[in-house]
Amino acid sequence: MTLIALLSISLVSAVVLAFIGDKRYAAEVNILGGAATFAVSLLLGAEVYISGPFVIANGFFFVDALNVYLAVLTAFVSMTTAIFSRPYMRHEREIGRVGKTAMRFYHAMYQLFIFAMLLALLTNNVGVLWISMELATLSTVLLVSLYRTPSSIEAAWKYFILCGVGIAQALFGTVLLYFAAEKVLGEGSAALQWTNLSRVSGQLEPTVLSLAFIFFMIGYGTKVGLVPLHNWLPDAHAEGPTPISAVLSGLLLNIALYALVRCKALVDGATHGNKAGYIMMAFGMVSLLVSAFSLLRQKDIKRMFSYSSIEHMGIAAFAFGLGGSVATFGALLHMLVHSLTKSAIFFTVGHASQIYATQQMTRIRGLIRANGPVGWGLMLGVAAITGMPPFGVFTSEFLILTATIKDAPIMSPFFLLGLAVAFAALFKKTMPMVFGEAGESARLSAHSIKVSDSPVVIHMLIVLSLGLYLPVFLSDWFHAAVRLLR
Amino acid sequence: MSHELAIEINSLLAALILLTSFGLLVQRRVYGLLHIFAWQGVFLSVSTAIVGYSAGLNHLYISAAMTLVIKVFALPYILYVLIHKLRIKKEVEDMVNIPTTMLIGIAVVIFSYHLTAPIRELSTLMTRSTLAVALSTVLLGLLMMITRKKAVTQIIGFLALENGLFFAATSATYGMPLVVELGVALDILIAAFIFGMFFFQIRTSFDSLDLKEMEKLKDLD
Repeated sequence: MTLIALLSISLVSAVVLAFIGDKRYAAEVNILGGAATFAVSLLLGAEVYISGPFVIANGFFFVDALNVYLAVLTAFVSMTTAIFSRPYMRHEREIGRVGKTAMRFYHAMYQLFIFAMLLALLTNNVGVLWISMELATLSTVLLVSLYRTPSSIEAAWKYFILCGVGIAQALFGTVLLYFAAEKVLGEGSAALQWTNLSRVSGQLEPTVLSLAFIFFMIGYGTKVGLVPLHNWLPDAHAEGPTPISAVLSGLLLNIALYALVRCKALVDGATHGNKAGYIMMAFGMVSLLVSAFSLLRQKDIKRMFSYSSIEHMGIAAFAFGLGGSVATFGALLHMLVHSLTKSAIFFTVGHASQIYATQQMTRIRGLIRANGPVGWGLMLGVAAITGMPPFGVFTSEFLILTATIKDAPIMSPFFLLGLAVAFAALFKKTMPMVFGEAGESARLSAHSIKVSDSPVVIHMLIVLSLGLYLPVFLSDWFHAAVRLLR
Repeated sequence: MSHELAIEINSLLAALILLTSFGLLVQRRVYGLLHIFAWQGVFLSVSTAIVGYSAGLNHLYISAAMTLVIKVFALPYILYVLIHKLRIKKEVEDMVNIPTTMLIGIAVVIFSYHLTAPIRELSTLMTRSTLAVALSTVLLGLLMMITRKKAVTQIIGFLALENGLFFAATSATYGMPLVVELGVALDILIAAFIFGMFFFQIRTSFDSLDLKEMEKLKDLD
């Protein structure tokens, strides 16, 4: 029941906001929807923690340790992003970058996007997972081109076409999976349910599943933004409104990775080996290295942090591919802390680019003097995302590194090289933006821009505390998820 | 209709679908592309209905009807209206010359047959030999999207690719569960709405639907 409520809140909010999205109080309604979703997701989390995983509605929806933590995370970040989006979009409206209809569209699509992601997580059906991934893409395509500038339309078109084609490959993979599963489980929806599939994964035809995994890898890998399928990502994340960048980077990539990881667990069960894992390791490592070096030559602040998202998704994909309990645990934690840190960074980046009225990094200087909290937020966010202790990203990367040294020692120098280059690049670009001399105009406009600091503060506090101490319920869930994925 | 006859007809329809895929690759006129695309939908729909008839699966009739409505009537009509309203030039120039594209297309078909060989051996369905055609249709749609640089032709390539996926579902497994098929159809309709919006946006900000002008987003400016 909680599960149905969780899904319906965002869907109802989407419908409501489609009508009142341009009113003055629309942002508050948006926050309210996010907060209600988050509250219900906490209830769902408590339910799962107390009574264990369960299946409802004839096996159409299911919750287990893996998807419940992602669902709570999704609900949480979508709430804080809604809080951030209130002053941000109000300013965009005031300077005339978006009109009335666009605001309505923005709010409705924002909630629809949340709905699509939650549906992708909670559905038990591989086919419905595909449908909701596609829905998540479609609901954000026109948000990327919300500003109607030529470059934003170009970015949205690229996003639409590349993700559409990519995800079509995943549907082919789903067809192949159904083909193999039908022989064991019989016809009908039951043969596409994760709970049934993972039970019989040992009996599925290995050749068919290996072939299916190639298609899943290309399909969902495009959505995760793994190199060389990443071309759309920096454009789409940089050109849209910043709240959308925050949820795309922080949440959608996680969902796509979740889909891929579930598929990998099935394929591993069928092939009795780690063939799928090697493919994921290769994609992950290439993503880490390519994006780390691409960070060096970025000029646009949002593009830079999009590349950083590719880097971190690469790390997580690599760790999932590596397998084993330590690496998988690290990867699950990494998805969590990356999501929180990256969305916090995008919040500060959004405010910074409004203060300086540009996304060009060379023109953003002395942020800490123009607006202290935003400057500090960006600096600490970058410290956290580059894996500095004591933040949570350090913990997860350290876990993944130890597993790498143990299970794939040959990869560890490359892993460290990627991390080091990314660290150097991000710090080199961020230092002058945060410190340095602020111009007079920046200080003036900093006063006129309303900033909401609380989302950044909350996110950074959680990331910090996750680096110092992992709550029992989280480590329980992670351990259970590790067992699921083996 | 006997079982053998159904298999024969289905193979013929698969061949026709493959033929239309190649037709899409070489057709230069926009309206011609629309016609070929609609015909592909017709063959797909009839093939689905025949499989549904001879395998005795009623849900395939629903799929066939959906294909007929969406792929044969709705989408070509929407595209026709858009092309008419936006006054798109009727000639489509292509980036790679036609013989080269055809040769690549043939290689793609051989590759598909090779890739689906293990599945052909495992399957007991009457449609198993057509899976290779389905994968070819997917990949030829992809090829069309790569070689063409107009927004409209890219979309037609994308929709042809979706046709291939649908055909794959019928030939490998007698169709996906109904809830999945309905969801996919819904997604395609939303996608149609979105590219319709896009055509207007691209038209107003680039003054043409030629994607060659959309190459500004690079890392280095």
